[in-house]
Amino acid sequence: MSERAVITVRDLTCRFKNKVALDSVSLEARAGRVFGLVGENGAGKTTLMKHLLGSLTPQSGEVRVLGSEPTRDPVSVLAKIGYVSEDRDLPRWMRINELLRYTAAFFPDWDQTYAEAMLEQFNLDPTARVRNISRGELAKAGLLLALAHRPPLLLLDEPSSGLDAVSRREILAVVVRSVAEEGRTVVFSSHLLDEVERVADDVAMIHHGKVVLNDSMDAIKAAHQRRIVRFAEPVNVFPKGDGVVFAEGEGRDWSVITHGDAAESRANLHALGVEILEESSPSLETVFVSRVTGARATKASA
Amino acid sequence: MLHLSLNASDGLPLYLQLLQQIKHQIATGRLAPDSELPSVRQLAQQLVVNPNTVVRAYRELEMAGLIYKKRGAGTFVASGGTPYTNEECRRILAERIEALLVEGRHLGYDAERLITLLRECDGDMRADGHASVGGKS
Repeated sequence: MSERAVITVRDLTCRFKNKVALDSVSLEARAGRVFGLVGENGAGKTTLMKHLLGSLTPQSGEVRVLGSEPTRDPVSVLAKIGYVSEDRDLPRWMRINELLRYTAAFFPDWDQTYAEAMLEQFNLDPTARVRNISRGELAKAGLLLALAHRPPLLLLDEPSSGLDAVSRREILAVVVRSVAEEGRTVVFSSHLLDEVERVADDVAMIHHGKVVLNDSMDAIKAAHQRRIVRFAEPVNVFPKGDGVVFAEGEGRDWSVITHGDAAESRANLHALGVEILEESSPSLETVFVSRVTGARATKASA
Repeated sequence: MLHLSLNASDGLPLYLQLLQQIKHQIATGRLAPDSELPSVRQLAQQLVVNPNTVVRAYRELEMAGLIYKKRGAGTFVASGGTPYTNEECRRILAERIEALLVEGRHLGYDAERLITLLRECDGDMRADGHASVGGKS
């Protein structure tokens, strides 16, 4: 864990009118690793991305990308970032090869040979117009444009949203190759938790603008347990226990997600007088859902 | 090519899924001693998983003495028979047997009838020429 930080965000807060989009967000993305940003739609992922790109200025807090403040030093920061936006807003009237020439003009480090190799690999027709290509092709074109100047940092905002399984897999494969072959740092946001579980080294979960969980994937997996438990007598509400993030069920049988040391949380559950019927490791998706719904339940009962 | 399938929604950490599947293939002889495993990069790209997942699985397999690295040459399957200890073999089989017993109970087969069936099936398999692989002594 000694890799240097490529992105540092400290106490970043952002308000739009009365709505808090980011609430004192702090996180760090380290070199050569894949950072997954997860959260529901509207949780603040895109707002955070825009701060990393320098298109939003921090109202309070600090953002540093590759050693610079993106709003103070946009030219040098943007030259080192490859970015794919969520809406993939490429000019519809252009042909792919025109788009390549146009984008190349902005980047001194543009590698045309590499761009053409990707065209072939993605099976994109250079003479096709943007408006005529499929969503999957559009996503791949966007990725190609973001990668052809071989940036050390790749930012992907929901790269696979709205895509079919095959295109999603292709996009994900590019992320893996980026890290494996070129040692690039990747930050990507997604609401597809199984994708994040496959490729991310580190994960931050954002909910209502707040970071609710931020750790390495290994640590998150190791620190959460899923158990099916049985009470001797039916209960209406699951009793409050240390480390219980989420409980669901009725009567005697409940499904519980706990956080913390496995042996400790097992002992805590036994102390509640339950029998543990089954024990397993929850998927990232289960962890996320339990965190979010757990937070809602606490809010509702407060 | 190494045929593996990882499932992120399963919950079991992906490196463990990878570890168990490779271990199983070594145990069943599908991966022969001294056969070469794909490189970390190759396998990460094939499975579309983070390279560190493969690194971790390989590291633990190496520590367990199931695979070995040759500098500059790659990663290979170690020779040494089944990678499972007697205890592990017992546990793996006990799990299957437990499931069989439960199913048998539902279908009205007690242990004696299951054992008879087991012998019959074994006889059929031998007759078909599926030679037994030879257990751990």
